[in-house]
Amino acid sequence: MKTLSYLILLSSVCILFFFACAGQDQTANVSSSTEPAGAGQSAVQDDESQRNVVQVAVSSPDHTTLVTAVQAAGLVDVLSNAGPFTVFAPVNGAFDALPEGTVESLLQPENKAKLQDILEYHVFVGVIQETMFKDGRQFNQVNLKNVTLGKSGEQLTVNGANITGVVRASNGVVYIIDKVLLPE
Amino acid sequence: MKRNTLISSSLAAIAFLALFQTSCRPKSPGSVSVGDAASKVYVAPGEHDEFYNIVSGGFNGQISVVGLPSGRVLKILPVFSVFPENGYGYSEESKPMLNTSHGFVPWDDLHHIAISTTKGEHDGRWAFANANNTPRIARVDLTTFETAEILEIPNSAGNHSSPFITENTEYVIAGTRFSVPMGDDAQRDVPINTYKENFKGTISFVKVGDDGTMDIAFQLVTPGVNFDLARAGKGKSHGWFFFSCYNTEQAYSLLEVNASQKDKDFIMAVNWKKAEEYIKAGKGKKVKAKYAHNKLDHKTHITTSTIKEDVLQLDIRDFDDLVYMIPCPKSPHGCDVDPTGEYIVGSGKLAAMIPVFSFTKLMTAIENSDFEGEYDGLSVVKYESALHGIVEKPGLGPLHTEFDGKGNAYTSMFVSSEVVKWNISSLEVMDRVPTYYSVGHLMIPGGCTAKPHGKYLVAYNKITKDRYLPTGPELCHSAQLFDISGDKMKLLLDFPTIGEPHYAEAIPASLIKEKSVKIFKIEDNQHPQAVKSPADARVVREGNVVRVYLTSIRSHFSPDNIEGIKVGDEVYFHVTNMEQDWDVPHGFAIKGADNAETLIMPGATQTLKWMPKRVGIYPFYCTDFCSALHQEMQGYIRVSPKGSAVPIKYSLDGEEGK
Repeated sequence: MKTLSYLILLSSVCILFFFACAGQDQTANVSSSTEPAGAGQSAVQDDESQRNVVQVAVSSPDHTTLVTAVQAAGLVDVLSNAGPFTVFAPVNGAFDALPEGTVESLLQPENKAKLQDILEYHVFVGVIQETMFKDGRQFNQVNLKNVTLGKSGEQLTVNGANITGVVRASNGVVYIIDKVLLPE
Repeated sequence: MKRNTLISSSLAAIAFLALFQTSCRPKSPGSVSVGDAASKVYVAPGEHDEFYNIVSGGFNGQISVVGLPSGRVLKILPVFSVFPENGYGYSEESKPMLNTSHGFVPWDDLHHIAISTTKGEHDGRWAFANANNTPRIARVDLTTFETAEILEIPNSAGNHSSPFITENTEYVIAGTRFSVPMGDDAQRDVPINTYKENFKGTISFVKVGDDGTMDIAFQLVTPGVNFDLARAGKGKSHGWFFFSCYNTEQAYSLLEVNASQKDKDFIMAVNWKKAEEYIKAGKGKKVKAKYAHNKLDHKTHITTSTIKEDVLQLDIRDFDDLVYMIPCPKSPHGCDVDPTGEYIVGSGKLAAMIPVFSFTKLMTAIENSDFEGEYDGLSVVKYESALHGIVEKPGLGPLHTEFDGKGNAYTSMFVSSEVVKWNISSLEVMDRVPTYYSVGHLMIPGGCTAKPHGKYLVAYNKITKDRYLPTGPELCHSAQLFDISGDKMKLLLDFPTIGEPHYAEAIPASLIKEKSVKIFKIEDNQHPQAVKSPADARVVREGNVVRVYLTSIRSHFSPDNIEGIKVGDEVYFHVTNMEQDWDVPHGFAIKGADNAETLIMPGATQTLKWMPKRVGIYPFYCTDFCSALHQEMQGYIRVSPKGSAVPIKYSLDGEEGK
């Protein structure tokens, strides 16, 4: 089982860098005119600093689908930026629970904008601390749609998804969630 | 908890990261076509750059003057920070330039540049700069590249929305970032949680005279929001000024959350011609305010500081046709007006879109009272009614926009680290280039004026990381120069900058270089302690004040042997540089002085204060390599004990002065 996790991890990292090298353009259909004079921030070699939100996700065997999606959406360099970011990171099981074929479809190049919209719905520019969770408090995500935080006893939620873990990163915080957030 | 799994597998991940990173880094700096780019930024030895780039230094309080396209630094020009290199803020003549109502302030945070314009076009007279921390506006004379004037802004805190100018440099403005208590007793003791009742914002309109002299004509008192950036209307929108506002929630704690609650903040449109009318009609209210006005006199080379006592204010809520609020998504940062004056670009820094407003539509909406409601008593124009359109999905974190004069706009994207070119009328994205990394401001020569010079674009980045040889934790800020003459932007040059550049402007060298002063004529020197002939050099005791009237000319000081100075004296060295030759400054420094050196330009007089604390012999010398005999340009001062009977005596080559 453990071996399997690492295999998945390995392949995800390979994919990550395949994508990171293949294209830096993101968001729109206009590609960059100048050949990149260096890779983006995700390629900065730095093993002293704390891990950023992307590296946190990459290091998790439970987030391989998310990582693949982030690469396909061209958001690797974006999330390696200074941010700061709050990332709600659905586990693989959350993606598996989507209707069959959803993930595969979103990963198709023609659905890049839709994928970006969904992923950007999982990102807030700013750090939401656990202490800032108040029932009903809303935050406007990168895709300009709001998410609603919840707190019931010790359990924190976002749009009803349970927060099952929290990892601090150099450029923000990652909340592990058990459902994919879908913008309305 | 998943945390353990995450941590345990991190090492493996990092190893893989390292492995794959190496394989993907470009082999050389040159995925750009290096030869072509190099020839475009190459300025042959002895040749001049095409543009002066006047660059803010951010937290160094200075301006750097850079040549474009070479990226060569030509000068560091001290504005709000002391500069021991030339004695700015240390010499008696320049200390008053840093005087404020809080006393002498040796530092500030300089963010934005505005080069003076006439009819919306660069005229090359002055560059204005703002002090963010202790609110001030400076005026730099572009004939001498000196800070000629600094005006403090009262009822302001965090002078960020500044020093933007109107089309003919009628006014330079100052909008406060922090709202603060207001009124005759603005400095009163109030609890912070009385923000909504006590705290207000201000926009100061500073009148610029024909000779550049600045004076606060009036202040607009506004609701307690934060003002961020601004631009004047031009052409058809001349007479209006546009300000981005955030924190319309009026939060006073944890703004990163509490000031980002609303989907929309505002761009505030101010009819300043109307404000002028109200002021003329006597509607302004004189309010007590204490602020410094410091001005350099080029004839004496002395700065005089005057404390002013009051300011005229208009509360915008007392008038219904002065100010209109335009809703703008997500904490707008940049607020930029295109060269025609028709389009106002708001850059909601947390929004993944750029709204573009139309001045014509705004005027129609105002005329038809097409309002969606009120904000703190101010009319809020319907968003859709003022909107020209939206640039959809341009990138993430739009901050600032500049223009090329060919119908295109260029917006910096902090979060997605790129510059995006888009067409103003069609709102279509035309091109995008990555920056290294996380661009803040960007600049096209004349890109904020009615007539952009175009050709180049510089991205001023906030993150440098691995771009240059590493220099420990603290790195310089990187900039990238792009060629924008074609349809697609082309990266030409990557160069380090001084301080932390925020906004910059660039102006054709031809508008400035012929006017550049080479020397100060000694016959025009009206400094009261100037010495125009070595025969007049002297040392005079006035009680415990000793004045040393020194001359310097290649390669000696006159006098160079001085005796009769005592511990406890207050010694002033008034050094006149007798040279009348371009690029021959002389410096002056004396051992043990708890001060800087002073650097005196040809024909000028500068004064260094010295309080000798111990008995002994004190050498002084010229600090600027002036000549083949520079190393001989020196002198001695004898300091005797307090109460000693040694008389004042001074000489050069044994010839004693009288």
